[in-house]
Amino acid sequence: MPGRLNFLWQWLRRVSGDDAYERYIEYHARCHTNDASLPDCSPLSKAEFFKQRQEEKWNGVKRCC
Amino acid sequence: MLKSIIWIFVGCLGAAAVGSIALNRGESINALWFVSAAVCVYAIAYRFYAAWVAAKVLALDASRATPAERLDNGRDFVPTNRWIVFGHHFAAIAGPGPLVGPTLAAQFGYLPGTLWILIGAVLGGCVQDMVTLFLSTRRDARSLGQMAREELGALGGSAALIGTFAIMIILIAVLGLVVVNAMKHSPWATSTVAATIPIAMLVGVYMRSFRPGQVLEASVLGVCLLLVSVFAGGWVDHSETLRGLFDHEGLPLAFGVIVYGFAAAVLPVWLLLAPRDYLSTFVKLGTIFLLAIAIVILRPEVKMPALTPFIDGTGPIFGGKLFPFVFITIACGAISGFHSLIASGTTPKLLTNERDIHMIGYGGMLLESFVAIMAMVAATVLEPGVYFAINSPPGTVGLDAPAAVAKISSWGFPVSVEQMQSLAAQMGEATLFARTGGAPSLAVGMASIFGSAFGDGLLALWYHFAIMFEAIFILTTLDAGTRVGRFMLQDMLGNVWRKLGQTSWMPSVILSSALVVAGWGYFLYIGVIDPNGGVNILWPLFGIANQMLAAIALSVASGILIKSGKLRYAWVTGLPLVWLVTITSTAAWQKITSADIRIGFYAAAEDLSGKLASGFLAPEKAEIAPQLIFNLHLDAWLTLLFVGLLWLIVLDMLRVSYRHLAGKSVPPICEVPHAPSRLVES
Repeated sequence: MPGRLNFLWQWLRRVSGDDAYERYIEYHARCHTNDASLPDCSPLSKAEFFKQRQEEKWNGVKRCC
Repeated sequence: MLKSIIWIFVGCLGAAAVGSIALNRGESINALWFVSAAVCVYAIAYRFYAAWVAAKVLALDASRATPAERLDNGRDFVPTNRWIVFGHHFAAIAGPGPLVGPTLAAQFGYLPGTLWILIGAVLGGCVQDMVTLFLSTRRDARSLGQMAREELGALGGSAALIGTFAIMIILIAVLGLVVVNAMKHSPWATSTVAATIPIAMLVGVYMRSFRPGQVLEASVLGVCLLLVSVFAGGWVDHSETLRGLFDHEGLPLAFGVIVYGFAAAVLPVWLLLAPRDYLSTFVKLGTIFLLAIAIVILRPEVKMPALTPFIDGTGPIFGGKLFPFVFITIACGAISGFHSLIASGTTPKLLTNERDIHMIGYGGMLLESFVAIMAMVAATVLEPGVYFAINSPPGTVGLDAPAAVAKISSWGFPVSVEQMQSLAAQMGEATLFARTGGAPSLAVGMASIFGSAFGDGLLALWYHFAIMFEAIFILTTLDAGTRVGRFMLQDMLGNVWRKLGQTSWMPSVILSSALVVAGWGYFLYIGVIDPNGGVNILWPLFGIANQMLAAIALSVASGILIKSGKLRYAWVTGLPLVWLVTITSTAAWQKITSADIRIGFYAAAEDLSGKLASGFLAPEKAEIAPQLIFNLHLDAWLTLLFVGLLWLIVLDMLRVSYRHLAGKSVPPICEVPHAPSRLVES
């Protein structure tokens, strides 16, 4: 049962975008390790990240009738 | 073995439930039959038909890498767990449409709407969503318009673009009208709906500055504040001084909605649109879940007859016979073209594996269809007399209560003034007569279901909770739709003057937002001043537009199926397409040529001109008559435009298919070549 609840909680966090920043950091760590040659490759701050995310999200049809 | 026994049982139960709904001619029938019929029909369709379409027609390939895997960028293209994609997809497709349509269509009785919701979803809507999702997934998450352009030709692309823009305008106008009618002379509803604006802003600031990115925390806070606002609305309603502030006629409320829509389109998204969207998603999913539980606990009796006399076209809520108007009125919930915009573009970017298309495309729409069934239940558990008293506009039943009651009772649906007054008092409203648009009657239905299931003393609270629930996601659609309309318009204007196409250039933002708001604001304004309630004109127009978009999606799908050598399976999308073309063309034909002034636009315009010329109209009616006449002509032209677009794209699809079958050159299939997936678990 705790496993189920945990799954539900993770699901809720994921669906709502609550854990988006954690996933971004994880993705960043995974995909930018070899990018030392590139300038300015540090991850965005949480506030910056959300700012960008929201602007992007609403540039298209996102809600239906 | 056990499995086949279970499926045989599901089949029998489903057949029994559908049979008892269809054949019942008694006093009333339990709502649980509706739920059982729906669940069994959905289960069988999902397990057998959808699985067959997935395996044979689309040939979903689990070993093929999806765009999310190939183009993974950690931002919009992200391979995501299918339950999460399902949540996103459902939250995006489920709007107020499936709540309003069935409520209005209940004037024909519960049977036609229920059958259309079940059959339309299973054979039409779900197939459309699933196939569009599939096609877009195989094409790097291209949008419907792009696919139409590439696979059929430039004509298809433009038709999809114009169609989408037109739907947006009509949809927002009619939804705005639904909210205005719910708030008219109701200080409680108006103050609660008004309170959702600062609450959304507060949540926006919280998520942006105070605790950046704490989405769940902020949403919980917002939902609690929304519940407080429902209570607070009650205090406003009881306070003599505050009441006056929120007690308005339709017209000032409509202007309020228009100003709000403009502000929401111009303000930054983080302040209003994004937080409102979070709140509305939570409230929406929570309330739908609660309603399903309440219906199962309470098992209310459906009091509406299976069929009413209004199938002959004389219905008070909107004019027109059962065929084709029940199929136009219920678009969302049975088949909704709008979904093809979500299923192409947004959702495919998240799919981890192609085989999830079965569950997300088909299953997501099944759940939306279930919401429509619950709306139908909520509308039909009301006494039919009460249902008609709430939903009939003054233009058809008369302005004063005794006249309306006499008229409705004469149709065989007894209702009394005292009954309506005591119901209004229970719900905390001044009156419930002529509250058209579907929201108030749905709220009364939901309040009575919630009230009986979870405690009866709180009817007024439940009623206003239901109004808040409808208003919050209607306003979300209004915000988001105005914004999308603005982007589309800027895109088009960009062709005229490049600078206008820059989405961040403020003068262009203001100009294009103002144009979009003026577009829907105009129809909203006319809808409010129209003594027949406006919904009877705007909702069918919206239905025709939405079905037209569905027909475009199905045309693209049929064309691609034929081009990929799957002619013998083309009926899977072809059959719903033929049906949609039939109903939209018939409805449009009747709306334009009918001599009945409650159906035909021109007939109504001529009737009104005649009355105006002979001085038959009261002065205040004579004043608005020229505007109404102009609007009726405009509506006729719009209908013609929709049907013209529809036929253009269908003929274009047939042309491309014919050329392909005759061995002539056609635009090539734009499917991205197969790349093996590395994410498949062995």
